[in-house]
Amino acid sequence: MAVLVDRETRLCVSGITGREGTFHTLNNRGQGTDVVSGVTPGKGGQDVEGIPVFNTFHEAVDRTGANTAMIFVPPRFASDSILEAEDAGIRLIVAITEGIPAHDELRVCTHLARNPNVRLVGPNCPGILSPGKANVGIIPAAFFKEGNVGVVSRSGTLTYQIGNELAQRGFGNSTIVGIGGDPVPGSSFVDVIALFEADPETELIVMSGEIGGDAEELAAEYIAAHVTKPVVGYIAGFTAPPGKTMGHAGAIVSGSKGTAAAKAEALEAKGVRVGRTPTQVAEIAVEILGTHA
Amino acid sequence: MDLLEYQGKQLFARHGVPVPDGRPATTVEDAVAAAEAIGYPCVVKAQVQIGGRGKAGGIKVAKDGAEARAHADAILGMDIRGLTVHEVWIEEASDIAAEYYASIVFDRSAKAPLLMLSTQGGMDIEEVAERDPAAIARLHVDPLIGFQDFHARRLAFEAGVDGDVVRPIGELLHRLYDAFVAEEAMLVEVNPLIVTGDRQVRALDAKVTLDDNSLFRHPENDALRNPSGEDPQERMAKERGLTYVKLDGNIGILGNGAGLVMSTLDVVAQAGGRPANFLDAGGGSKAEAITSAVEVILSNPKVTAVLFNIFGGITRCDEVAKGLIEAFRQISPTVPFVVRLDGTNDAEGRRLLAEAALPNVHVEATMLGAAQRIVELAA
Repeated sequence: MAVLVDRETRLCVSGITGREGTFHTLNNRGQGTDVVSGVTPGKGGQDVEGIPVFNTFHEAVDRTGANTAMIFVPPRFASDSILEAEDAGIRLIVAITEGIPAHDELRVCTHLARNPNVRLVGPNCPGILSPGKANVGIIPAAFFKEGNVGVVSRSGTLTYQIGNELAQRGFGNSTIVGIGGDPVPGSSFVDVIALFEADPETELIVMSGEIGGDAEELAAEYIAAHVTKPVVGYIAGFTAPPGKTMGHAGAIVSGSKGTAAAKAEALEAKGVRVGRTPTQVAEIAVEILGTHA
Repeated sequence: MDLLEYQGKQLFARHGVPVPDGRPATTVEDAVAAAEAIGYPCVVKAQVQIGGRGKAGGIKVAKDGAEARAHADAILGMDIRGLTVHEVWIEEASDIAAEYYASIVFDRSAKAPLLMLSTQGGMDIEEVAERDPAAIARLHVDPLIGFQDFHARRLAFEAGVDGDVVRPIGELLHRLYDAFVAEEAMLVEVNPLIVTGDRQVRALDAKVTLDDNSLFRHPENDALRNPSGEDPQERMAKERGLTYVKLDGNIGILGNGAGLVMSTLDVVAQAGGRPANFLDAGGGSKAEAITSAVEVILSNPKVTAVLFNIFGGITRCDEVAKGLIEAFRQISPTVPFVVRLDGTNDAEGRRLLAEAALPNVHVEATMLGAAQRIVELAA
């Protein structure tokens, strides 16, 4: 078991013929993902190393049975591509694109929220990796192996850092989910933690948050009320000054709101242990699960 | 992107939000000419993005040309809490009968615009929210339906605005919402929103934050400048396409990925150091980008040591090493460097660095070890 992506995943890539799109699509296929098709308007009929390309998502879904979409197109086209994937009946949309305008995200998320059969992960995220099963996105699969730790994170490279610290102590992962660094993510910590709670393979959940918004505080409430599995937290941005966007569009302390300290306190108040460094996160995981090395 | 007051008012005016007549000026002569054109009394207002301008002497009423000149002369070049005033806004004086508050916030938690209206304007709204939360009427608008007249009525009646201005306030809110959506703002705030003696409503102040990610669709907003808010390193980084935030310490930081860089700042601070900057070299950085980033970091004269913390995913550690070696060839830094390379092609990156034997460059195996080392070297 894993969450969101696995051997049932049939992936269609929007932007498959772009340089980055092609590179990561072939990587994902090389890691065992069933990449069934791609979409690039105007390039229907071509193929990328044997993967057929279609002009529309509707055609790709009809002809190849795609159930998952990866969005790799530039920001000005991305929200349109997400809406097209949803309209074509895709059930999981993973948006890697960074820099989508916030008002576009607002409209897209409001629309998608009315369709109970679709889930958006991202945008501005590294994707989803279920080691040994499927990889949809840009997470470097070589650093991770199958295991019992579910990871959900707003950051890409920080996830690799934490994942690597866990791997050095012998842990593998059920699934690693990057929810992205934008102000309006399609899926929240709560959404993904609920999936891990229901996933029999996952025995420990690691959530890596950062400054801005209140998603970590909401997760703390949810964990206290609904989660039986141990959760270890990490929060980045204790030294971030207020009013400055720290790389991710959503990583900003507004006045006194969205600080790292407030998030860590909210989690700890609900009994979630929060590592102060990525190394400490792995050490806490060892304490909880025992050494797996 | 935060706008200056006058830039916000000009944006409001484009969408029909009523604002007092005014003109910007960067010299005393232009300020006096603007005052003559507007008439007296008028107000000379310092254009800096910071609260407490009035208390600092940055907002003055002029009743004739001599006073306009004296105020402009005093305010231009004034330092207000660390910001130098480069521009003033000359505005017709307003006859204020009541001060209200209105704002629209991009509420990321609710995933909807949040509108707020209060009759307690002219003061810090967070204080009002704390003291008397019921004094602020608030509601969310469905972004797919947009602002409706009933929203305006609910806000105006719940806030308890004077009966004769319910309609004009509703009209102003509608136009403010149009501006919020059309200009893709994260925040529009009017504090105070005034009712004049002759019962007109006007935005007497304007605070506008725009979404940086949407600026490609708004070239006129992208071209707006705020000279007092620009830091030389931040400007240099922006021109080079690097994500950089200036901090007040002495340890330069370079990493890949926003989360990892934030985490690096925290770990350095925990080790007793003070970071000089946030710099995310981004995913898949090539050697040239690394060289360019080193130049930006070292252009801050306070930097006494530099830490590289890289976990390569798409970014290749050998490219990072090549970039650092090239930076040493081009600009021969004199401060110590600590480099931690992990992930894609890390062994090759470390081999290149060992072979180059750069002066005062120390390779560390772990993030924590690197943080401790850089703090020792920076001291």
